[in-house]
Amino acid sequence: MTDSAQREGREEESRRGPGHWAKQVFLRLGVLPLFLIGALVIFTWLSENFLTQRNLLNVVRQSSYLVLVSVGQMFALLTGGFDLSVGTIVAVTSVVGALAMAALHAALPEATFLVITLGCLAGIAAGGLIGAINGLGVALFRVSPFMMTLGMASVGFGIALFLTGGVPVYGMPFAFSDAFGFGSLLGIPSPVFVAILLIVFLYFLVSRTATGRYFYAVGANIQAAELSGVPSRRILFLAYLFCGLIAAIAGMLLTARLETGEANIGSSLALESIAACVIAGVSLRGGVGRLENVVLGALFIGLLSNGMNLAQIQSYLQTVVVGVLLIVAVIADQYRLRLMAADRA
Amino acid sequence: MHAPDEGSIELRGEEVRLHSVHDAREHGISAVFQEFSLVEELTIEENLFLGNELKRGPFLDRKAARRRARELLESLEFPLRPERKVKTLTRAEKQMVEIAKGFRSRVSVLILDEPTASLTERETESLFALVRKLQAKGAGILYITHRMAEIREIGDRVTVLRDGRKIETVDAGSTSEEELVRLMTGRVIDQIFPSIEFSPGAEVLRVEGLTTRSGHVREASLEVHAGEIVGLAGLVGSGKSELLRACYGLDGIASGRVVFLGEEVNGQSPRRMIRRGFFYGPPDRRAEGLLMNRSVRENILLPAIGTAAYRRGGFLRTGKERDTAAELAARLQLQPPRIERPVSQFSGGNQQKVLLAKSLTRDFRLFVFDEPTVGVDVGTRTEIYRFLAELCEEGAAVVVISSDLPEVLHLSRRAYVLYRGEIKAHLVGEEITQENVLQHFFEREVA
Repeated sequence: MTDSAQREGREEESRRGPGHWAKQVFLRLGVLPLFLIGALVIFTWLSENFLTQRNLLNVVRQSSYLVLVSVGQMFALLTGGFDLSVGTIVAVTSVVGALAMAALHAALPEATFLVITLGCLAGIAAGGLIGAINGLGVALFRVSPFMMTLGMASVGFGIALFLTGGVPVYGMPFAFSDAFGFGSLLGIPSPVFVAILLIVFLYFLVSRTATGRYFYAVGANIQAAELSGVPSRRILFLAYLFCGLIAAIAGMLLTARLETGEANIGSSLALESIAACVIAGVSLRGGVGRLENVVLGALFIGLLSNGMNLAQIQSYLQTVVVGVLLIVAVIADQYRLRLMAADRA
Repeated sequence: MHAPDEGSIELRGEEVRLHSVHDAREHGISAVFQEFSLVEELTIEENLFLGNELKRGPFLDRKAARRRARELLESLEFPLRPERKVKTLTRAEKQMVEIAKGFRSRVSVLILDEPTASLTERETESLFALVRKLQAKGAGILYITHRMAEIREIGDRVTVLRDGRKIETVDAGSTSEEELVRLMTGRVIDQIFPSIEFSPGAEVLRVEGLTTRSGHVREASLEVHAGEIVGLAGLVGSGKSELLRACYGLDGIASGRVVFLGEEVNGQSPRRMIRRGFFYGPPDRRAEGLLMNRSVRENILLPAIGTAAYRRGGFLRTGKERDTAAELAARLQLQPPRIERPVSQFSGGNQQKVLLAKSLTRDFRLFVFDEPTVGVDVGTRTEIYRFLAELCEEGAAVVVISSDLPEVLHLSRRAYVLYRGEIKAHLVGEEITQENVLQHFFEREVA
């Protein structure tokens, strides 16, 4: 928008009141701020326990897993694909990490720190491996991201079930859950702490490095990117590898919280993480999206389910709401693009 | 396609409101656009009748569609089989299908937007013949073009638009070319083409007996020196584009040698070629040139952000990036000069400037521009030519690949003419005349 248009916009604001103001916010930032405000107003009205510091902190802690997975998902979406296997990656990480930790703990009951470190590494390596295989399939063999990640979701889920026989894995050192599941550092719950660290790191990666820029370039136009010297295959591979690694870290944190390794966690994560990204304005066609908005988008979905729980809305109906909002967000985004084009003309 | 905010459209004296393309067609308005509106996965005949399918009862009447499609293509003298899938067609062939689409139903107003951009002379001739036939039947033709010769050949009246406003409507026959250029650009241009001081120096690129794996280029040899502009002329599909694309690493090389700055570079990737100093600006900016939904700044600097000049401790130097983008936008007179705006919101000419600006972000030694002025207005053309001239005078080696003959004639110090994948002629200086070049465009009778 031009400076003069902005000035005009500001002048008109005072004349037209909140409706116009909402439109400007919508044009500038998309549908997410309106969704957030709407959710805050409605849930505050429905439940007196909603707008309390304790509850909101709770929302942030509960959402940190989805935030991480969504941020990973963003990388796949930016390059014009998506990752349907994030839920499976979380499950495989959980199972492999827990099995490794339990076995090591039984062998070396004294070396808790070493056991936790090695167990986490094993879990994250297993999740990262699935991401890497996704990346190889998409980048090297040009398999469509849909088929590749859907296939790997099945492979991973099968392996997780096979390894555990469908039974939760026990026997991890208590210190693991105490530290990463329920502990806190500097007054911040550990999953939130880890999420913040990763988000800051990824923010700089995405917006301040050439590699970060290349994710957008490959998604916007892979041909043009290649002709401009962007190593497009490497970037595609990295997108799925990052997505896998970040989901794996979320998987280890979730395992710590649950105190068991489970093959059945994360089944809703693929949809929820894609929803968080799309609501946050990440384009399904690739090349568009901002990390800070994705974080907000995931927090919004966390807020939504927390609010609906407090308002005693059945969990079956909750999934209906998420699906509807996802579709509304996509329609609103199309509408916004049209408005923006009209605004500039 | 676009609803008018104000104003009205009248058809035969009556105001009409058109809500969709379908609506317009019902009124007998048919349009052929520059950007292809074809469905790649469907066949030619399916595309021709898309949105207006021939039916027998509830079912598609395929036989009738095939017959009608064949008749239509024959009447246009387009050598296409209607059962071919559109994705297998070349750009020129797609253009033909697009044109045929405009002719499929009875039309009272036909809009043609730069229809000849990728047609050969012969195809253009048969298109014009058809347009005249329609005209004789009482249809109105709106012909949008930037080619002067076509305006005079086909037009009765010419309306000049600039910056979204109507400038003037003049009689096509009695208005001189200079006058038209003045109306189009708003200033008098003595010459669209600049005069260029060539000072040929060291050899930059040498190609010896190059044959591509695709077979589009056979046994081609050429050389390019610093400080000169070399033109590559030929029909669409003559291999003039593929030749340089193979050097850039986009097409596989079956045999022959490519020597760039004294080193053999067969089979390198574009990424490596860029690093060596080879710039290639592709002909189709939407498909291969630009990231349409990203900003001008990101587009201009895409080839350069990986270099040490834009990195400090692993991070991008965003300040320097902005400065460079702003500076290049100013040098190329980007309008409007807003480097954070997505490229898709600029006019074709300004998009082309963004594509050209990419060539100035690194230390390139060879600049290859493939159709540098395709779909660009006259004013911007002049600026682009001056830009090429400056590059060359600063000592760069420049190659211009073009289907626009005057471009090759007026810019090149030397020119190669390709026909069916082979270099048929090498012309130097005064030899580069329309006659000489055209002579090699087409097949000559061989005893």
